[in-house]
Amino acid sequence: MTIRGKACIVGAYEHPTRKAPDKTVAQLHAESARGALADAGLSLKDVDGYFCASDAPGLGALSMVDYLGLNLRHVDTTETGGSSYIVHVSHAAQAIAAGKCNIALITLAGRTRSEAQGGTVPRNWGPNIPDSPFEAPFGTVTVNSYALVAARHMHEFGTTSEQLAWIKVAASTHAQYNKNAMLRDVYTVEDVVNSPMISDPLHRLDCCVVTDGGGALIVTRPEIARELKRPLVTVRGAGEAIKGQDGGRIDLSYTAAARSGPIAFEEAGVKPGDIDYASIYDSFTITVLMQLEDLGFCEKGKGGRFVADGNLIAGQGKLPFNTDGGGLCNNHPANRGGMTKVIEAVRQLRGEAHPAVQVKDCRLAVAQGIGGLMGARHGSGTLILERS
Amino acid sequence: MPTMHQDRTITAPMVYPDSAPFWEAAKESRLLIKRCRDCSQFHWYPRTICPHCGSDATEWVAASGRATIYSVSVTRRAGPQAYAIAYVTLEEGVTMMTNIIDCDLDTLRIGDAVTVAFRDSDGGPPVPMFRPV
Ligand SMILES: [Zn+2]
Repeated sequence: MTIRGKACIVGAYEHPTRKAPDKTVAQLHAESARGALADAGLSLKDVDGYFCASDAPGLGALSMVDYLGLNLRHVDTTETGGSSYIVHVSHAAQAIAAGKCNIALITLAGRTRSEAQGGTVPRNWGPNIPDSPFEAPFGTVTVNSYALVAARHMHEFGTTSEQLAWIKVAASTHAQYNKNAMLRDVYTVEDVVNSPMISDPLHRLDCCVVTDGGGALIVTRPEIARELKRPLVTVRGAGEAIKGQDGGRIDLSYTAAARSGPIAFEEAGVKPGDIDYASIYDSFTITVLMQLEDLGFCEKGKGGRFVADGNLIAGQGKLPFNTDGGGLCNNHPANRGGMTKVIEAVRQLRGEAHPAVQVKDCRLAVAQGIGGLMGARHGSGTLILERS
Repeated sequence: MPTMHQDRTITAPMVYPDSAPFWEAAKESRLLIKRCRDCSQFHWYPRTICPHCGSDATEWVAASGRATIYSVSVTRRAGPQAYAIAYVTLEEGVTMMTNIIDCDLDTLRIGDAVTVAFRDSDGGPPVPMFRPV
């Protein structure tokens, strides 16, 4: 069975807040759900499938389903870190194709900024984690896991800090047009490489923003989608994969996207060269470079050259990416960027991105995410969407 | 200006039943790793079931403690001291996470030879760190 053409995204909503000290996480989930349903022209009573990950408060989906007053026949709480919501779209399409639900709601929300949960804070995932005794004593935080990948990439392939900086430059060039973006300054390569070093070789401006906020998506079958008033954005292919340490045969030169990507492109029957717009998870600049290589937008090791000189800037480069400003400048609620990646891809395919960054005749887009720790163990989701 | 290594408070590892011998050996400054009697391969981190072949015939063996740096990053803004987090590849072939200590952290390079040096954790057993040879 394939999910190609079996489901459409008919609602997409990015919560406008970036700091919400007076809102609860459940409220942000609910406000995001309302926004996406309104965008689709549907209401909560239409929802019969719900998808969330561990940013949802409480045990799995139980608290949020109760809070929202949903009456479901399908639930899925797949957790692959920040890429979860990309995987949720694929799982929603599978459930719809199998007749398990008709209207799927996916939500994400968090208050990481108000709760000061940034990338230099040790994560506590609780007891019984098998790998934790052999990693936690060494000061593992989010940023140094990604830094170890960047350091190795520079060693193996000669990638430079200036090349990585171009990724931030491109995101910031786009973010200036987004009135909700957390950072709206346009940065130069010099700004990035002269910003404080956080964990060699990643500088402060190689990192994403820390924001409160949320987002939601509505996925449904094409017959229902055609009755709604929104442009048709159809799921064409999807892939998912998890990569760990392979029992100590650690190889930081590639990510799980090297597996999820080809699966998605094969299902979609398209090639990287066919893609008009790319949403690429950007927790750090290196995250983008790794995924671009692993999806096949350039050869392994050539990512530095590929992203340099504005190649990711809409209207300038060959591959416009993260035209909302991405996690690097716009928004990274709950420290999880997968939701906003899908939302901006939907905007581009509908022709609803900001006019300054809208890709002309955008018909095929990829939304790609890496969640967890890229240098230790992580999950990847690849989603190929088309305007039809 | 060099970034000389400074001791920092090391989070105590959780000691689980399946890796208790590892931490007992650490108290004697011995680095143990696991090998599979069925497929003869080493694995890291230590577990009871071999991740390469699924056998439960795994055994503890002493590692030489000699290694080379596979990747290293000096984390400068997470806590009061800078520290070098690294992956090092042991002579036996497995790669493990650690810290590189007792040196100018700014001089560390991928490929450098290092040797194991245990450091006390905060209320727990010593943990395996590495210093340049
Ligand atoms: Zn084995």
